[in-house]
Amino acid sequence: MSLHVDIKAQLGAFALDVQFTAPMGVTVLFGPSGCGKSSVINAIAGLIRPDQGQIICESRPLFDSVARVNLPAHRRRMGVIFQDARLFPHLNVQQNLTYGRWFAGKHRLGPSLHDTCDLLGIGHLLHRRPSALSGGEAARVAIGRALLSAPDMILADEPLAALDEARRAEILPYFAALRDAALVPMIYVSHSVPEVAGLATTVVALQGGRVVAMGSVDDIFGRADVMGANASTMLPARIIGHHPDGLTELATEAGHVFVPQINAAIGTSYMLRINSGDVMLARSQPSDLSALNILRGEICGVEAQSGGAVMVSLRAGNATIRARITQRSWASMGLDMGQTCFAIVKSLSLAKGTG
Amino acid sequence: MTGAASWLGPDEWQAVRLSLQVAAWATLASLPLALLAAYALARWSFWGKSLLNGIVHLPLILPPVVTGYILLRVFGRRGVLGAWLEQTFGIVLSFHWTGAALAAAVMAFPLIVRAIRLSIEAIDARIENSAATLGAAPVWVFATITLPLALPGIIAGAILGFAKALGEFGATITFVGAIPGQTQTIPSAIYVFLQSPDGGQGALRLVILSIVIAMTALIASEWVARRAAVWARGA
Repeated sequence: MSLHVDIKAQLGAFALDVQFTAPMGVTVLFGPSGCGKSSVINAIAGLIRPDQGQIICESRPLFDSVARVNLPAHRRRMGVIFQDARLFPHLNVQQNLTYGRWFAGKHRLGPSLHDTCDLLGIGHLLHRRPSALSGGEAARVAIGRALLSAPDMILADEPLAALDEARRAEILPYFAALRDAALVPMIYVSHSVPEVAGLATTVVALQGGRVVAMGSVDDIFGRADVMGANASTMLPARIIGHHPDGLTELATEAGHVFVPQINAAIGTSYMLRINSGDVMLARSQPSDLSALNILRGEICGVEAQSGGAVMVSLRAGNATIRARITQRSWASMGLDMGQTCFAIVKSLSLAKGTG
Repeated sequence: MTGAASWLGPDEWQAVRLSLQVAAWATLASLPLALLAAYALARWSFWGKSLLNGIVHLPLILPPVVTGYILLRVFGRRGVLGAWLEQTFGIVLSFHWTGAALAAAVMAFPLIVRAIRLSIEAIDARIENSAATLGAAPVWVFATITLPLALPGIIAGAILGFAKALGEFGATITFVGAIPGQTQTIPSAIYVFLQSPDGGQGALRLVILSIVIAMTALIASEWVARRAAVWARGA
């Protein structure tokens, strides 16, 4: 199952011109507010009509301006999770959850109400009305309602944006669980770096109504032209130990890394994000340093950036670590391609949710 | 009932019964069309929308006697539609209680439409959109989302319309006259009483009864509409 989008739309003074393909897994539409992310979701869901182009789900055209196809929203089988939940106030949670199921018909396979309630932890809310739910509970019910309509695809439009930090941390794992259960592909709109880092299998970066980059999280996050000062390294890691002084030890391709306590069992996979601005470089192995993480590698790339900075790529094991340093440092240290050097990362800069 | 029946004379009692019958039918007949008009005005954009809005509100603004006269010309026995209705279906409206119901329905229509329209406009269209994304065709969105959420407005509109129909006088007396047992409702009975020198007592009784009915309807409508609003909000 994949979704192919190639649309142009003039929305007032704003021009949308977007092409991308969303494979299985989670495709995150990433970009600043007003870049057209939500318009893309609305176009896929059938809530706005593009001027021209195509939206094709697997082989089923949802919209095709040439073939004059424009399926109405109720026949697209797109489960939309809106930012503001949009539950039906006059129906209780159970009626909200089963609303779409009824229209999907019996022949469409989907998760059961029981399994969905288990997955989202909402079994005890079934007889409540939406007005009696907290923001986090309403968000989970909205996820369940979309899932239970047995959609071909889930479209999540900044589903966590209206929630506070604690609620976000509570809901995000449910989306990860959804991705890992591989029930349906998902398009997830977000402007939050931690959300993208935690969820995306593919990132489509939007700016001013256009796709500026597309690729894996690591590809996109490494690109300073897309991420600016947030450019970073995504390092797949595994938890190998919890230390009594409050640190968790991770094994990565580049070596062992210490981070502040992660509440997960030993052996759990973890995606570590290292902001390129938080990485220092040294030519020789430093000693008497407070930073705990010193990773050895070879310089395999360098790119000049605006503001007197350079983005240095360091090959460490099978991983590439990016460091954003000044041109002055690059020159004065006499760094060059192929040279061995050490990347230094403070453990505390690797705290969850930073940047 | 026996108390009221003996307190009121047979003619007066007949006027009360007829009024309730006329108002009930007028409200019931208006509702579906009013719902359609309210929905169209609230949710659709189409050519001639302001014209429709004007026509809907016309009975509210025109002198009732003008509305009655127009009804007479259109639905009277020699009127365009009146003659056709009589020949094809054998339905006679003029000087008949059904005509009184039609006049009351026309006069109540704008009030009912206004109340329903406001309640539909207050519904977040994004809630209806989310129902569509869950697979509900427009008619189902209307039936399962719009209609229940607009219910407080529909009830308020119906009761307002009923009260208006109960009190309708000008258009009714112009269109169907005041025939006892046929078209003489409470207002026209009061009018007729006031025309005769010894009708003061009868008129007073009907006036008191009118006030009681109006107050009861108002309190009941407030209560029902409040309950419905609480229910729709989901408290």
